Amino acid sequence: MLIKREQVERRRGSLAGALPGSTSGGLDRRSFLRRSGLAAGGLAALGTFSPGMLRTTQAGPPPTPGVPVERRKNICTHCSVGCTVTAEVQNGVWIGQEPSWDSPINRGSHCSKGASVRELVHGDRRVKYPMKLVDGNWTRISWDMAIDEIGNTLAAIREKSGPDSVYWLGSTKFSNEAGYLFRKFVAFWGTNNVDCQARICHSTTVAGVANTWGYGAMTNSFNDIRRSKTLLIMGGNPAEAHPVSLQHLLEGKELNRANFIVIDPRMTRTAAHANDYVRIRPGTDIAAIWGMLWHIFQNGWEDKEFISQRVYGMDETRKEVAKWTPDEVERVTGIPGEQLRRVAEKFAKDRPSTLIWAMGQTQHTVGTANVRASCTLLLATGNVGGFGNGANIFRGHDNVQGTTDLGLDVTSLPLYYGLDEGAWRHWCRVWGVDYAWVQSRFASKQLMEAPGIAAPRWFDATMLAKSSIGQSDNLRAMMVFGHNGNTITRMPEAVKGIEALELLVIVDTVPTNWSSVSQRKNGTYLLPCGTQFESSGSRTNSNRALQWYDQVVQPIFESKEDQEIVYLFAKKLGVADQLCKNIAVETNRPLPEDLLREINRGGWSTGYSGQSPERLKRQRDHQGDFDLVSLRAKDGPCAGEYYGLPWPCWGTPDLNHPGTAILYNNHLHVKDGGGAFRARFGVERNGATLLAEGSYPLGSDIKDGYPEFTMAVLKKLGWDSELTTPEMTVIREVGGNNIDAVSWSTDLSGGIQRVALAHGCIPYGNAKARAVAWNLPDPVPVHREPIYTPRPDLVAKYPTLPDATQLRVPNIGFTVQKAAVDQKVANRFPLILTSGRLVDYEGGGDETRANIWLAELRQDMFVEISPADAQARGISNGSWVWVTGAENSSKARVKALVTERVGKGVAFMPFHFSGWFQGVDQRDRFPQGIDPYVLGEAVNSITTYGYDPVTNMPESKVTLCQITAI
Amino acid sequence: MARMKFLCDADRCIECNACVTACKNENEVPWGINRRRVVTLNDGKPGERSVSMACMHCTDAPCAAVCPVSCILSTDEGVVLHSKDLCIGCGYCFYACPFGAPQYPQLGNFGSRGKMDKCTYCAGGGGTEVPGSIEEYRKYGANRLLEGKLPLCAEMCSTKSLLAGDSEIIAQIYKERVLTRGYGSGAWGWRTAYRESIAI
Repeated sequence: MLIKREQVERRRGSLAGALPGSTSGGLDRRSFLRRSGLAAGGLAALGTFSPGMLRTTQAGPPPTPGVPVERRKNICTHCSVGCTVTAEVQNGVWIGQEPSWDSPINRGSHCSKGASVRELVHGDRRVKYPMKLVDGNWTRISWDMAIDEIGNTLAAIREKSGPDSVYWLGSTKFSNEAGYLFRKFVAFWGTNNVDCQARICHSTTVAGVANTWGYGAMTNSFNDIRRSKTLLIMGGNPAEAHPVSLQHLLEGKELNRANFIVIDPRMTRTAAHANDYVRIRPGTDIAAIWGMLWHIFQNGWEDKEFISQRVYGMDETRKEVAKWTPDEVERVTGIPGEQLRRVAEKFAKDRPSTLIWAMGQTQHTVGTANVRASCTLLLATGNVGGFGNGANIFRGHDNVQGTTDLGLDVTSLPLYYGLDEGAWRHWCRVWGVDYAWVQSRFASKQLMEAPGIAAPRWFDATMLAKSSIGQSDNLRAMMVFGHNGNTITRMPEAVKGIEALELLVIVDTVPTNWSSVSQRKNGTYLLPCGTQFESSGSRTNSNRALQWYDQVVQPIFESKEDQEIVYLFAKKLGVADQLCKNIAVETNRPLPEDLLREINRGGWSTGYSGQSPERLKRQRDHQGDFDLVSLRAKDGPCAGEYYGLPWPCWGTPDLNHPGTAILYNNHLHVKDGGGAFRARFGVERNGATLLAEGSYPLGSDIKDGYPEFTMAVLKKLGWDSELTTPEMTVIREVGGNNIDAVSWSTDLSGGIQRVALAHGCIPYGNAKARAVAWNLPDPVPVHREPIYTPRPDLVAKYPTLPDATQLRVPNIGFTVQKAAVDQKVANRFPLILTSGRLVDYEGGGDETRANIWLAELRQDMFVEISPADAQARGISNGSWVWVTGAENSSKARVKALVTERVGKGVAFMPFHFSGWFQGVDQRDRFPQGIDPYVLGEAVNSITTYGYDPVTNMPESKVTLCQITAI
Repeated sequence: MARMKFLCDADRCIECNACVTACKNENEVPWGINRRRVVTLNDGKPGERSVSMACMHCTDAPCAAVCPVSCILSTDEGVVLHSKDLCIGCGYCFYACPFGAPQYPQLGNFGSRGKMDKCTYCAGGGGTEVPGSIEEYRKYGANRLLEGKLPLCAEMCSTKSLLAGDSEIIAQIYKERVLTRGYGSGAWGWRTAYRESIAI
């Protein structure tokens, strides 16, 4: 019992009197209400302050008196939710971070990463100046020298081995503008070997979902999930990967008393909030989804009207689904039939239902098939294209959607135009350059139109025999912009690849493990770039919304902005004039506003045409006008617009299209963001129509399906007369002697889109979604066992696809799987190893492990192991263990976290660590003084072979391992 | 006059640690000192729940009762502050605190403690420094309350789980939430800190 020693004196009744220069009433009523949560219905409350206690609102460390404090808005760099960051800047120094109450996305909130971004531009572990390795020692050099030497080496490699021998690995941390400039620059260098993290995060989503209904992106929005009555999260852990999204998910769950169901191998922090958690064996998603559909078809819970009007090929899917009886599903996935029946019933009946996924579905050898099965589940239950439903696909990095859109992709030019001659001619028209000149930059027309090598295969393309690679020579140089190496599987082989390169250039804010993991002695450069807080431009979040952001501070130390670095290389390599023909450049910095305008002029196919810098900046200044649920502004200068003008935002900026908050939503007029499934795959197949039947966007003049709009279609409808003279002039220029072929996506005037919209029609046509994608390896998704499966007994029935050459390199998954079964690898490596995110770190983790506020939170790499498996191995919680992998005699020394979070037979490791390799601490290999605070083993030093046949997504979610006590 | 409190809605907390780094950012708290932390119960098991914890700014704070130099005081708003000039680093408050809030930088090799440090509710310090001054900031951290703002940990909470503000208002918000969703594990720590709970 505590005894009070003396009466504590109450003090500080009035602070104002003690504060020189304080003013009364420094908080206006509006911000008062917001903070108190009365306006937004969420947050805390100040209560009744006497006005005398308030002084003018200012931030963090108290500002120097008399010097103005500026507020600037930027965007969090760490995930795709797109939280606004409000920075307070004085004398060019970022002195404080304040909640961004006006943003309808984060409403003041952040996660640990977002709340600590100020440290990213304060951290003393940043790369400060250009460096190169000289006989194994990091040596400071000047920017001029760096660009000059690298440029000369690149030119020599080009001369000797051709342009395809240089790999341009871009970053999802680029702004839209820098990403676009990078893609354009690589086109002028003459290769399609250009990629970004999207390859290893959602490439399978993009391919699978686009092949189902038109575009490979999240259909609805984080905010729209507030309308859902059933949330099924399968293959995602947003509580750790997208924490601020949980605000919308949990409030939706509470307000609607919604079903919140998580299917995952781990009882994740998201699952902790679920009212139904289903444990699944990693890599068996298709079996589980077909298992759900089995119950749905069996009981007639499917949406028959939706299927007949808007879906092609559901009957073929039924045949596959019929094989997945509850017994077989339980045998393969481990999910009891009754539990799955309950989930299926809720999903089909308690509508609107949304299916949320992330890397749990995508990072598999069956990634593309997984996401297509998910789409089929949504289609069968009529849960797409409406309010509160849809495929809510949470992307990873803050601009992974934008850089995917803008073509940091080995298979396409910006905005999904592809690589065929038509696509090249379209972009050459936009760029104002001669097609023949661009072609002359490539080794051949064939290689100009052939997809490049997927990023995760770069080391195979470096080390395999020249004859087995679909280009004239091996890779000789890696140009790595903002991309960590430990995010890619099979690291022991990657290290050999790094050592085999002639040239390695790392452009990053922190050294990353590219700089430390190998024994390279020379030919390696480390160039400092700024974070996005040292830059400006636009970014596209996961729900396709573009947000403009302002530079908070100038690039620190000798860092440069991404677009300046690209421009310097272009200048050195002699393509700068063509690169920036229509773009203003100020002291080597191409202006982001001009870059976005050029994107607008060419981005018809995806509706990147309406988001002018002026419109985006206007939204930035009026964030508070947007509705929390619909994301639409009711009044103010942005009235009618959706937040972020989510693509597709049709037509020219003058057309004032509001953007499309929900894709394929036929409950709205197209001018209000309505739509339909895209007519992308023809109009008929095997005698059945591919166009929608009796379903069309609200207010459409055509009350049925229709193909995509071209001049020929306009003429047929008699609407071509509505085109203006200037529009016709442009269409004639584009079309030459065949103007009938000019389409909604190639018409640079926007006239065809304008006329279609005027009639309530969607420019890309109104078709059915495809349950059968006949152009993909498994037209109807089929369960296939992982390459390294713990169930070799199932391989005979569910083998992986045969070996084949994909994206210029061989994929020998079948051979590897067969060898693993024959050699009984599963006996020696009995545990399934899966990987994922932690809330405090991001991606490869070097940037966040160099952030002192985050690094303190998580200081050890670990492996989660179930109590039963730990006991059998004599492993106690917190002890050191060896994790050994099935290939390359790989091993990792990590701490054991014994937890029921993983089921028996499953181990989990986070993927954010590097700096240790095969048990060795490599801290002394980093440039002195800029090693991240926390180092650890990378999970990808244990992961193994396995690639999705469509996109070469590496299998980082299922492999085998053994764990032994040390 | 408002009575300032914290309330962590454990049914909303996802252990994202935003409160922890927001505190570090706002107050530039050094490595090793954790004014706020997130504690997870039943980690990895069904029923897993997390709670964000810091000084709760108790009613009749036990730390103040045991402090031999009387350096811990409550403000009119109920915020518990202390004076680092008076503090002798004895550690009594740590033993008295039901929430483990007091922190001590280590000085020297023999376990000697530096001046106590803890959550200030972003309300500056209990010393003689001018509120809102750089001197106060260096010793105690930010003084947001003075600016009409709430502690940054609560303002930045990712799911609006951690609430800060006037006792009556945050209790009302919590009550409405529980009624809407139909469940609630109670205002965590309130009975210990404030000798009351929220009746729904």
